Amino acid sequence: MKLDITINGQAKRLEVEKGTPLLWIIRDEVGLTGTKFGCGVASCGNCTVHLDGKAVKSCAVNVEQVANRQITTIEGLNGPVASAVRQAWVKNNVVQCGFCQSGQIMSATAFLTENKSPSESDINSAMAGNACRCMCYTRIKDAISEAAKMLEA
Amino acid sequence: MTKLPLKNDIKSNSRRDFIKASSLTSVSLLIGLNAKGALAIISQHDMEGLEVNPLVRIERNGTVTVISKAFEMGQGVTTGFTTLVAEELNANYETMRYEFAPVNTEKYINKGLGAQGTGGSLSIRGGGFLDYRKAGAAAREIIVKAAADKWSVSEDSVRIDNGIVSAGSNEAHFGELIDLARRYQIPEEPKLKNIGEFQYIGNEKLNRKDNFDKTTGRAVYALDVQIPGMVYVSIFRSPKFGGKLKSFSSSEAKKVNGFISAKALPNSSGIAVFGKNTWSVLQAKKKIVASWDETDAETRSTDQLVLEHKKLLEQPTYEVNKQYSTSEATEDIKKTETLVEADFLLPFLAHAPMEPVNCVIEPTRNGGIRLHDGCQIPTITQGTLANVLKLKPEQIEIKTYYAGGSFGRRITPTSDYHVDAALAFDLLGRETPVKLVFTREDDIKGGWYRPMHLQRAKIGLGKTGNIVAWDHRSACKSIAKGTFLEKMLVKDGIDHWSVENISDTLYSIENLAIGHSDFLSPIPVLWWRAVGHTQNVFTMETLIDMVATKVGRDPIDYRLGLLKSGTKKEHERFANVIRVVRDFSGWEKGQRRGFAASYTFGTFLAVVADVSVSEKEVHIDRMFVVVDCGTAINPDVIKAQIEGGIGYGLSAAIYSEINFENGVVMESNFPNYKTLRIDQMPKIDVKIVASAEAPGGIGEPGTPIAAPALVNALYAKTGRRITTLPISKSGFVFV
Repeated sequence: MKLDITINGQAKRLEVEKGTPLLWIIRDEVGLTGTKFGCGVASCGNCTVHLDGKAVKSCAVNVEQVANRQITTIEGLNGPVASAVRQAWVKNNVVQCGFCQSGQIMSATAFLTENKSPSESDINSAMAGNACRCMCYTRIKDAISEAAKMLEA
Repeated sequence: MTKLPLKNDIKSNSRRDFIKASSLTSVSLLIGLNAKGALAIISQHDMEGLEVNPLVRIERNGTVTVISKAFEMGQGVTTGFTTLVAEELNANYETMRYEFAPVNTEKYINKGLGAQGTGGSLSIRGGGFLDYRKAGAAAREIIVKAAADKWSVSEDSVRIDNGIVSAGSNEAHFGELIDLARRYQIPEEPKLKNIGEFQYIGNEKLNRKDNFDKTTGRAVYALDVQIPGMVYVSIFRSPKFGGKLKSFSSSEAKKVNGFISAKALPNSSGIAVFGKNTWSVLQAKKKIVASWDETDAETRSTDQLVLEHKKLLEQPTYEVNKQYSTSEATEDIKKTETLVEADFLLPFLAHAPMEPVNCVIEPTRNGGIRLHDGCQIPTITQGTLANVLKLKPEQIEIKTYYAGGSFGRRITPTSDYHVDAALAFDLLGRETPVKLVFTREDDIKGGWYRPMHLQRAKIGLGKTGNIVAWDHRSACKSIAKGTFLEKMLVKDGIDHWSVENISDTLYSIENLAIGHSDFLSPIPVLWWRAVGHTQNVFTMETLIDMVATKVGRDPIDYRLGLLKSGTKKEHERFANVIRVVRDFSGWEKGQRRGFAASYTFGTFLAVVADVSVSEKEVHIDRMFVVVDCGTAINPDVIKAQIEGGIGYGLSAAIYSEINFENGVVMESNFPNYKTLRIDQMPKIDVKIVASAEAPGGIGEPGTPIAAPALVNALYAKTGRRITTLPISKSGFVFV
């Protein structure tokens, strides 16, 4: 079936198989590989993208559900919140293997956009769906707190 | 025959002259002089830059590129190698680049491993520390010579600061000097800086070199590789290890749009399912129906496996300590008044790196292949693929990418997933690029586990609380036996990896008998982050803790007592980290905290763990860690590896086990093979002991210490001694 979607501000008309998770359309059809696969059952958060600005797990969203909606992937992520998040990420040397990090940053950015001054427990709740096998968690927390402070200033 | 340009004939090093020379011959290679002044094939690429040596290349625009002979799986080696080169070369750390070395064992060998590759926490400590410093220093020396020549000044008057070369009012960047520098012989033993001169080594403010790629989605992993005409393949395997394919049907799979074909692998180990994209291949694989010959398969369930291990503890096959046997220990223990005993059950563990293993194989023009992979040990993979495909090793190119974690999974003695991809590639006629994909289920259920390990210890204590006799039994499957590693790792029938940290403990334990038996099963086992230390630091640190508390002694004091009589430097360094963490954590006798210490892969660690317990709910509040890893190159990377290593160990200690039901693995994905989440991660304070000793490893040592520190803390708080992992089986819930 033909589907019109907008990814990172670009309108695309794709030929897709009904029932294909958005994740695989993004990676295999559109060729944007910044969004990663880790579990396929919405448990690890590697596949997190923004759908009309809200963080969603793209492995759990079928492509036909996103017709005519705005999808943002890590490659298209920008704006003051994203910028603060990335700066804080670099400053805290958050990453290790990096495979979960696109998802972490997508979740963190959507979260900080909604919650300008999060407590540690807010951060824990918001980010619990993004697993990290390298266990970068303490730095993720520090970076999110720091990004929030940067945005306040 | 072309007249090859000889050193003395060079009037100009200009690129034009070389290209003119080669175009006369119409050969596609450039033959010239490499940096050593020896005839060599140099690439077009080299004409742009100067390959000072295999590890450092300087581009014409002044950029310094580090060729990393290790791969980056998050452990920070690209940052480490770049730091070492930047230090000796006085390059601009921020603008330096790195790339992963192609496979060429002679050029890129890791002497510690005996192969080109990454592992054993050996990238820095196995030779890389000096290799990369020398590479940077050698480049510095020829740049200085070139500048001195160019400006007619003395070498002593030439400075290099942040990648800028100067002498008086003369100034140039590296790129402007490479044509001159090219002429000089690369010094074999260049002068290295003294520790007092370091500006990068030991600097905790350096940013990781892979930050930019990994925060922008630009980092490319093998899973991201796409080659025109590529076909996706996934392997349908026997649900029981050792099962052989009898027959299969793809009649239902054919109905999946995008399915291409399904073919049996030649070794009866599975079915290669081909499709035009990831989703179609995974959907098609689900529809394959197959039957398996289970004659040689593992068909036992967990309880039975445990029972079989337990039986092996009674009658050990091997006495590891030739001076003192388990029968002697049994007798000596009878004469003691106080006994400490424990039975340990440590389960099979999956690595579960965030990026499930995968790779791409494409044909090359010379009848060979190019493998695209986060390739952990190229030497093994190249050799194995050459054998399987009946090609020469030189026909196997390997392009290495960032790896989304490994923890040991990415290299098996049989180079398992690379071979699967190669067989699939061959089945299609070797003309079509194939991309092998794994689901998370393939990963968790696919074997190559940290072995299940049962241990039993009986320790007889004397009147002063001293250890009189220690009878230690152990049973697990050997990682090395039956592989090409057997010759190196197995001595007198004993796989060192099964007993490491027990047989070579630094604690002075006079009568330590170790009786070991191998468990046999087709279940494939493998090195998991820190290998034998993961089981044996747990058991040893638990047992010492039990002994100390049994005799009413402080756990830290007791361990210091066991190190007192040691005369090697290692004993003092081990005692030191223990004393330092006592201060660092504010440890006082009588507090209810957990302690553990380890000496793993050249690095000494001591940890104090604080937990809060409320009924069954446990919160790991804080861990204080002191580490002596010798010269600390990147302190922040070291801290991150400790945090990560401990987190990885905690996650496994709390949750992880691989269970079998009639030979089928029960766990499948993160919902049931749980992983630690952000809210459960404790605060970890790390203190690095200042040291000028040779660097120890850091990728793995953090992991083994996590479980015993936590279990000892739980004992201190609740009086409950846990010797079966994961801890969740004891009813504790971690919040």
